[in-house]
Amino acid sequence: MFSVIGNGVTGLCVASALTERGLPVELLADSSTPASHWAGGMLAPGCEGESAPSDVVSAGAGAADWWAARVPGVVRRGTLVVVPPRDSAELDRFARMTRGHDAADPGILEPELAGRFARGLYFPEEAHLDPRAAMTALRDRLTAKGVPIRRGEPRGRVIDCRGMAARDMLPDLRGVRGEMLIVEAPELELTRTVRLLHPRFPCYVVPRGQGRYMIGATMVETDDPGPITARAIMELLSAAYALHPGFAEARLVEAGAGLRPAFPDNIPAIREERGRIHVNGMYRHGFLMAPALAEALADRLQMEMRDAS
Amino acid sequence: MFYGFTPKSRLMLGTAQYPSPRVLSDAIAASEAEIITVSLRREGAGGAGFRDLIKASGCRLLPNTAGCHSAREAVTTAQMARELFGTSWIKLEVIGHADTLQPDPFALVEAARILCSDGFEVFPYTTEDLILGEKLIEAGCRVLMPWGAPIGSGQGLRHEDALHTMRAHFPDIPLVIDAGIGAPSQAAKAMEMGFDAVLLNTAVARAGDPVTMARAFAGAVQAGRLAHEAGLMGRRDMAMASTPIFGMAALS
Repeated sequence: MFSVIGNGVTGLCVASALTERGLPVELLADSSTPASHWAGGMLAPGCEGESAPSDVVSAGAGAADWWAARVPGVVRRGTLVVVPPRDSAELDRFARMTRGHDAADPGILEPELAGRFARGLYFPEEAHLDPRAAMTALRDRLTAKGVPIRRGEPRGRVIDCRGMAARDMLPDLRGVRGEMLIVEAPELELTRTVRLLHPRFPCYVVPRGQGRYMIGATMVETDDPGPITARAIMELLSAAYALHPGFAEARLVEAGAGLRPAFPDNIPAIREERGRIHVNGMYRHGFLMAPALAEALADRLQMEMRDAS
Repeated sequence: MFYGFTPKSRLMLGTAQYPSPRVLSDAIAASEAEIITVSLRREGAGGAGFRDLIKASGCRLLPNTAGCHSAREAVTTAQMARELFGTSWIKLEVIGHADTLQPDPFALVEAARILCSDGFEVFPYTTEDLILGEKLIEAGCRVLMPWGAPIGSGQGLRHEDALHTMRAHFPDIPLVIDAGIGAPSQAAKAMEMGFDAVLLNTAVARAGDPVTMARAFAGAVQAGRLAHEAGLMGRRDMAMASTPIFGMAALS
C-alpha cells in the first residue's frame, strides 16, 4: 500500500498515476487549501522556458495530453504573448529565451486586442485549464476507481506531497509568495492565455469561462501567507488594464495569495529521505510538472514492486 | 573604502530577478563580488528562506530600501534590515517617481540624516547632482552611489560629462555607479573614469546565461580599473604618426 499525503495537484497526480498502474493507493488529504488552488492553470512549457531550465520545458511538454486524457476542460488554444510598444525589447528577449513560438499579429488571434498591440508571439502548442475544476475532476476519478481518500495516519509507504507543509522534513524548501485575482468581465472576450510582458510588472490573463478571468501573479521571496497586498492588486490590475482597458469595468470576484513551495534551483523534484518519498518543490510548475513527476515515480515504484515479487 | 571595508572586487551585485537562488549563487561566485544587495521592503520578515540562501554566499550583505517612496518608509525599512541582517550598512533608496524609479533628492537627504545619526552606515542611491552629493556627505554619508541611468534601463552612463565632473568634485569620497548598467563595456567605462565600484543587477539576472554574464562583468570591471590605475592616454584630435615624417619622400 502507498499512502500519498497531500491535497494539492501533486498528491492527486501521484495517486492517479499509481492507481492507473494497478498499485494499491490511499490518499490522505486534510481540509487545508493547497497552493494549487491559487494556480493559473497554464500548461505553457514554452513560455516557462523564459526563466525555467530546459528540463522543465521538456518534461512539461506532455502535460496538456496528460490532463486532457483524464479531466474535461483542457483548452488547447495556445498562448499569446504581447508587449506595450515602449517595452518591445522585452518581446525580443522573450523570443530569444524560448522555443516553440511564431510571430503573430495579436489582433488576428484575439480580435479584442486589435490595434492595441502591434507585435506578439504565439505558442500554438500550449493549453490551459481551470485548476480547481481539474483537481475536483481528478479527485472524483480517484474515488470512482476505489481509491480511499481520508484523513488520519498513513497505513502504507509514505509518498509525501504536502508542499509547504513538508518543510519540517525538507529544510531547503522555501515559500515564494504568489498573489492573484479573479475578475468577471463578461464584455471582454479573450479565448486563450495572454501574457503581457513588462520589465517590472509582467502579468498573465487566463480565461476561466463564463466571462471570468484569472489575473496573475506576483513572485515575492517570502513565506508570508497573509492576504493579498494593495500593491499586488494595483500592479495586477494596472497590468490587466494595460492589456485591455475593458478590465477597468470588471468585477473583482476574488483576490488570493498562496505560497509556492520551491527548492533552491526552483525545479520540482522527487527525493527520498529516511524512507519517505517526497514529491515537492513545484514552484510555478504544479500543473505543468506534477504529471511528469507522478509518471516517473509510478514507473519506478512499479519496477520495484515487480523486482520484489 | 566602504566604511572601513575594502573588497578585492569592485563589482557589487543585486540579488533580484534571477531564475532561481541556485543560479543566483552561481552568478555571485562567478562575479567574484564580495558585496551583494538585498531588498526587504516587499518581502518583509517572512523572506528568511531566501535570505538564508544568499547569506550562504559568504558575501557582505548590503540591505537596500528598494520600493520605499518616503523618508519615513525608508527609515523603518532600514531599521528592520539592521535587525534581520545584523549590519548597520544600508543602501538608501528613496524613490521619487514610480515609473523612472528616479531618487527623490529631498527625502533622500532627510532619511540619510536620520539614519546616519542613528549609527547607520549609509550608501545613498543618488543622482550626479553635486549639491545633493554635498548635502548627503554633510548628513554623514561616506559613500555616494550616483546612477548611471534609470534602474533596469540598461542605458549605461547617460550623463557621462556630469559623472566626470562629479568624480573630480569628490576626489576622496568612494563613488559607486549604481543602476542603469546594461553591458560590460559600460561597466568598464565607469571604472576607467575612476569610479570606485559598480553595482548592477538586471544586466546579469536577466541575461540568457546569468553565470557567464557575471563572469563577463567581473572581467570588464577589472579591466576598467586596471586601465584607470595604469593611466589612460588622452584623446587627440589628429592622428600622430609614430615615425617621423621629416626626410620621407614627398609624394604629392
